[in-house]
Order: sequence, then structure tokens, then C-alpha cells
Amino acid sequence: MRDALPLVWREIPERYNLIGSTCENCKQEFFPQRLICPNCRRKGNLVPKKMPDEGKIFSFTQVHSGAKGFENETPYTLAIVEMPNGVRVLGHIVDAQPEKIEIGTKVKAVFRRIFAEGEEGIIAYGFKFKVAD
Amino acid sequence: MRSVSVIGVGMSKFGERWDASFRQLVAEAGIMALKDSKIDGSAIQAVFGGCMASGRFLGQEHIGALIVDQLGLNPIASTRLEAACASGSVAFRSGIMAVASGMYDMVAVGGVEKMTEVSVEDAATALGGAGDQEWELFQGATFPALYALMARRHMKEYGTTEEQMALCAVKNHENGSKNPYAQYQNKITLETAMNSAVIASPLKLFDCSPISDGAAVAILCETSKAKKICEQPIEIIASAQASDTLALAQRKSLTELNATKVAAKQAFEQAKLKPKDIQTAEVHDCFTIAEIMAVEDLGFFEKGKAGKAIEAGETKLNSAISVNTSGGLKACGHPVGATGVKQIVEAVWQLRGQGGQRQANGVEHALTHNVGGSGATATVHIFKRA
Ligand SMILES: [Zn+2]
Repeated sequence: MRDALPLVWREIPERYNLIGSTCENCKQEFFPQRLICPNCRRKGNLVPKKMPDEGKIFSFTQVHSGAKGFENETPYTLAIVEMPNGVRVLGHIVDAQPEKIEIGTKVKAVFRRIFAEGEEGIIAYGFKFKVAD
Repeated sequence: MRSVSVIGVGMSKFGERWDASFRQLVAEAGIMALKDSKIDGSAIQAVFGGCMASGRFLGQEHIGALIVDQLGLNPIASTRLEAACASGSVAFRSGIMAVASGMYDMVAVGGVEKMTEVSVEDAATALGGAGDQEWELFQGATFPALYALMARRHMKEYGTTEEQMALCAVKNHENGSKNPYAQYQNKITLETAMNSAVIASPLKLFDCSPISDGAAVAILCETSKAKKICEQPIEIIASAQASDTLALAQRKSLTELNATKVAAKQAFEQAKLKPKDIQTAEVHDCFTIAEIMAVEDLGFFEKGKAGKAIEAGETKLNSAISVNTSGGLKACGHPVGATGVKQIVEAVWQLRGQGGQRQANGVEHALTHNVGGSGATATVHIFKRA
């Protein structure tokens, strides 16, 4: 059993909508949200910002020894996706043949089930990535 | 600041220690270190202990109190420090700061972890806490997966190969076969490593350090006093630590650990040395790609050139630089809280000429490099004979 239950509920807006932050001072964008800009600190001003929902695979791995809670989908592909605004995000790549996945492949964020918590089936949702057409 | 030296070291045998409890491991290493230092326990004024996840592995917290109690050193102050897999070396730094500042003259530093009481799956979940629970573990990112993402990038940017990574494991098993304290004392072939099961591509089973039990202890003393009471004190001539983002995806580069680079730069400045002045280094090879990145980030090889250097045997015992003479995390084992202190034990043995069959020739300076998580914490220490 995972211990992630509180996280499942608290992080809903960011996880569902890919809302990050942008600093009005240095213009850098961040995901997940930050409260303090690491470039500007007190001079910075972070406001919520919707992240692009497309990007390119920056690195990837096919996980054969899966994390607890992911037994049913193992093996699965994880990638760090780089968005056009320079922000990188880690997530699953879904519905793709492994041979179609390489560094540079274009992907699109989709809303999916991440894992089911225990027998009661509390389901955690969030973003994953799908190879773009 | 006062100079600080190591006057005694000890470690338990690393491995699946079903024969020994957490506290027995602490006592095993502690008794050995005290004997080695030839001092009486009553001379020790404070204890610093590194441990990552005893709560997850054993349901036991309050490790500072447990260690000082088991070492029979009550009622002196004892504090636990946690920095994931760098817990041991972070505790070691606290010991250094306590003595260097003049607050104490002599302290004991320990590192300990007992990981094999829980299932491999639960151990992996506990270790996952070294990463970003909300944005990495939540997404199913295991530790091998995070290092696999780095490996893939390193292969893409520098042409590093799976064989070169596997050769790190082969070399570390070769060294581990000469270390009676190592978890694995068997040699392996490149073929064995290359044919092992894929864990997170491109990393295979033999690219990964094991789940281990173990403890290590070092006794620290102010250097002028150390010279009076100890035959061969080992002086700590650099101690540096740096941080980076908790989550891997937020780093500028996936092919280096900036925390290692920053800590290394500071350490070499403190020691007034260059990478070429180091003869033996214990580096944090939680995965083979981590050793490749480490020897680059520490400055022993140019960025992107370590794969070829390892292929050419330049990190083997008594080559250009002897890397992980203990067998590293791969073969000696990786009880996470203990590893940082174990690396220091090996550095001390190498400088004293007590490395046995794995002794490197002409060791003047030894370096240790310990990493927490996927690189959010890194420490570098450099040692010489006082
Ligand atoms: Zn800013």
C-alpha cells in the first residue's frame, strides 16, 4: 500500500491541469509550482501559469521492475518531457510501441489514471503523455 | 577553524545480515573503531549518526539515542542526521564542524542502515523517499528509473555505451573480491553483467547497487591532540557539501550532478590540490552510470570521456586513479546511511596502507564522494596522513 493518499487530494489542480508558475521578474517558468523564485528570491513574483500541453521527449526509460502500485502496468515507459517554454516534466508515456519512443519524439499531455490505492480503489488521476500524431 | 583528523575506524561486514540486528551492527562497527583508536570511550564527547529510513525499514526512530546507548556512551550528546544515501557523510561533516569549531575535541561519527528486514518492494518504496515523493514516486519513478534517465542522456550526448557502464560493475566486483567486508566477494564477467535482467532500460540488474545491512564508525579528534595520542592520524583536509533540486526533471543537465561539481570545486580549493593529486577515490556508484558521472564531475576525467577511460582500465586498482577500491556501493554493498562513513573507513585504510590485497600504491591523498538521492545532496572529503 502506498502512503500517497494525502498527496492525491491536495495536488489536484496542478496535476489535473498542468498549472505551474511563472516569475514576473525573470520570466522563467516552473513546474510544479514554486512559492519562491530560485533566480530572484525576494525580488521575484510567482504567479500561476498554464504549462504547454505539448513537448518532446528529453530522456526515457522502460521500467521493468515497477514501483509499488504500478504492478499491473509494468513494464511502463517513463520520460522527462521538455516543453517549448523550457520546463521539463516527468511522466508516463502511454499507448505507444516502445520502438516509436526516442529522444526528440513529440508528445502531448493527456489526463489519465495514475494508480489505484488499495482494494477500496481510491484512484489517483494526473497527467501522462501520448505520442503526438 | 581547527584541523580535524580521524584516529580510528571500524565497519561491520556489509551484506544481508540476518544474523545481526540494527543495534548489533552499530556495536560491531563501534567496538572496532574504538579499539582501532586505542582511546577509552569516556574520551568521546559527542556522537553524530547518519541513517536514512530506519522508520520505514524497522519502525525505529530516535537513532541518535540508540547509537549512543549501544556504544555505552550515555549521557553524552547524540544526534541523527538524514540526507538519504548521503546521511553518513553528512553526519561525518557535522562531527568535523563540532571539532573544528572547538566545541568538542573528540567525537564519534556513525552511519547505519538495516534494509533487508522488509521485502525488496518495500525497500524500494522506502528508498524512493530520497527522491521527490509528490512528482517522482507518484508517477512511478523508481530510483533505477531516475538514473536510467540520466544514463540515456549520457549515451545520447557522449556516446557512452552499456558495455562501458557494465565494466564499472566488473571492476567494482574485482575490487570487492579482495575486501573481506564486502557484500559480494565474487568476480563477474562483462557477459554476466550485460545479460542480467533489465531493471529500467538501459540499466540492468548488475548496473544497480544492492540492498544491504551494515554500519561504519569513525572517531574524530582535533589534529594536534590526535598526533599525541595516535600513531597515524589521518587528517581531513577538505569537507564540502552542496545541494540541487530534489526532483531530477528540474535540473539544467541530466548528464552531471551539479551538487558534486560544486562540492568538488570547494573541496579541491580547501585542500589546495588538483584531481591529479588524488590516488584513490571512493565514489558514489549507486548505479554504474553514477560512477561514470562522478569521475567526470570530480574532475578525474573530462565530461563525456569517462566511459572510454573505464573501458581502457584507467579506474582499476593501481591505474591512473584507483576508483572504489572497497568494491564501491555495487560490490561492497549499500546500506544507505552507512555508505558515506564506509567510504571514509576505506580512505583511512588506504592511507595507512591497510588495504590488504586491494591496497593501492603510493597513496598520498584519498577522496570520498557521497550522493543523496538522484543528486540533491553531494559531499566530497579529501584526506592525507597528518
Ligand atoms: Zn525570477
